[in-house]
Amino acid sequence: MTKDDSIMLEVRNLVKHFPVKGKKKEVVHAVEGVSFRVKKGETFGLVGESGCGKSTCARTIIRIYEPTSGQIFLKGEDISHMKEAQLHPFRKNMQMIFQDPYACLNARMTVHDIIAEPLRAHKVCSSRGEIHDRVYDMLEKVGLSREHANRYAHEFSGGQRQRIGVARALILKPELILCDEPISALDVSIQAQVVNMLKDFQDELGLTYLFIAHDLSMVRYVSDNIGVMYLGQMVEICEANEIYAHPLHPYTRDCWRLFRFLRPPRQSRKRRVPLRGIFPAPFIRPPAAASIHAVNARSRSAVNANRP
Amino acid sequence: MGIPDKAIQEADINRWASGMEEFMEDRETILEIKHLQTSFLTSSGKVKAVRDVSFSLKKGEVLGIVGESGSGKTVTSLSVIRLLAGTGVIEGGEILFDGKDLAKVSMKEMRTIRGDRIAMVFQDPMTSLNPLIPVGKQITEMIEEHNRGMSKAQLKEEALKLLKLVHIPEAEKRFSSYPHEFSGGMRQRVMIAIALACKPDILIADEPTTALDVTIQDQILKLLNQLREEMDMSIIFITHDLGVVAEVCDRVVVMYGGRIMEEGPVEAIFERPSHPYTQGLMASVPDISLDKNVRLVSIPGSPPDMLNPPAGCPFVLRCAYGRNICNAKVPPVTEIGEGHCSYCWLLTPEAPKENNPYK
Repeated sequence: MTKDDSIMLEVRNLVKHFPVKGKKKEVVHAVEGVSFRVKKGETFGLVGESGCGKSTCARTIIRIYEPTSGQIFLKGEDISHMKEAQLHPFRKNMQMIFQDPYACLNARMTVHDIIAEPLRAHKVCSSRGEIHDRVYDMLEKVGLSREHANRYAHEFSGGQRQRIGVARALILKPELILCDEPISALDVSIQAQVVNMLKDFQDELGLTYLFIAHDLSMVRYVSDNIGVMYLGQMVEICEANEIYAHPLHPYTRDCWRLFRFLRPPRQSRKRRVPLRGIFPAPFIRPPAAASIHAVNARSRSAVNANRP
Repeated sequence: MGIPDKAIQEADINRWASGMEEFMEDRETILEIKHLQTSFLTSSGKVKAVRDVSFSLKKGEVLGIVGESGSGKTVTSLSVIRLLAGTGVIEGGEILFDGKDLAKVSMKEMRTIRGDRIAMVFQDPMTSLNPLIPVGKQITEMIEEHNRGMSKAQLKEEALKLLKLVHIPEAEKRFSSYPHEFSGGMRQRVMIAIALACKPDILIADEPTTALDVTIQDQILKLLNQLREEMDMSIIFITHDLGVVAEVCDRVVVMYGGRIMEEGPVEAIFERPSHPYTQGLMASVPDISLDKNVRLVSIPGSPPDMLNPPAGCPFVLRCAYGRNICNAKVPPVTEIGEGHCSYCWLLTPEAPKENNPYK
């Protein structure tokens, strides 16, 4: 592969299968051959229904899960099958912000310890004083204050907890942040605060985001490019505004059409054609072709035959 | 009992044809809440979750209650069906339904109303069904409770009708399935089927689509709309998704910190939001055409501590136009248009003109 400096993350044909308990030969095809590139400093939005594999995809990229096959390049380095010891320095460069601000913070640790843990794990600081300084500095950057450092997670509101999560992710000064639905659990008025904060950090530090969400209006707003996943496959990748204006894949089209954007009531009461059907259950054996055919009202038999 | 007959459906179609607005005006009020106050007694003090909330619901109307978590929207509806947790107390006010004050009726009497006349669909379809009982049984339980003496065969028939009504395919087969065998959207349909089992006059839907995907959300919203049309039900729709409100509701109540901030017909609320909080909420959702370089307008700060809520307007600490009076006294109601009211000091005739978006 030719090394392209402008590419932060490249995923090629990523596959992740999970074994099914009790049935030795069957596997759940969670991610089924996903490929995409994320340029330095850009935000790549990943959308899709629950269970389509977007979170699994992010977790496999960051090697929480071992990929079944395929390659993951972080700044041109293939990290997909590295041993843990080799991988360790790369972990510093990619961090994750989790969906549930209530579950992702250890209830028995103070905020200071939560944010300092990555520093300790990677042994970046030589003295305790340096750790304190960096933690306090980070707390102020995410809009909290020094006094918060000795409190526990349960004393904070959802929005504040998500700020702690962001502080923990940013403390190692990584270049790539995987945001797994960072705003889904927050109230509307707080969502905007967190999104603005993430955007500010991106401008200031030149961060690259992989932004997973199901709120399409927010994804369109934050992302440069958007990938739409369906049943473990990437069905469409496109520039954010373009994908809204001219969605190509029928599934994408349906998603945009059905999503309740904020519009004046009269406009939003136009008739909608419902997307029929439920999607192919625990996709142990997903349909061969564009998996959408089970759902898509417009599908033709031709689509069934081969995967585009 | 059961599914509405054809005559009702035809009458319904006629009424829709004759225009919704006219129709709404001469409808009777089915539920009226006056100065409701609900608190929770906790070890650290009294949490005043709902403070002086009044609104009414007409027959066949969909009323949206919008607000963030902790604004008191769920507690208001739980007060209506008297399902507050042990520590929750209705401290004052009236809930008038069918000539009775639900805030004061005995629990025994409430049991005949709850489920039969007023039913609720809860937010989380994953946890509100009993995982040990087949869904069919959970539906028949509800019918049996309010119709003693029905035979088993009749009960099953009714339950199957309900499952079909909420579009569950292969209802006979699904009747004896357990909740874990259903997907989230299907479970929510079962919840709706249970709520509809006794053809209630009022259906309270507490964030019925929040846990669901867009495609499933769409199916559930359509289902609710269709049921409203077919059964002439009144629906209280609790949500924080303004896009959904714009589409399904006739009227909206915006709540914050246990109080009503603004109330009015959905068109008026969206075209002329007249409370800083409502405006802030709408601005926090990015528009489809919003330029990416424009920062989102966010409401600074976080919701008030309900143990010691501000004496005046609960929104004052986050409001860009907050003044001394907002902090000290609860704002009076100002009527902006027909049925459109806002509770804000900026709208009062005495309010000064500088730094005032409404003058």
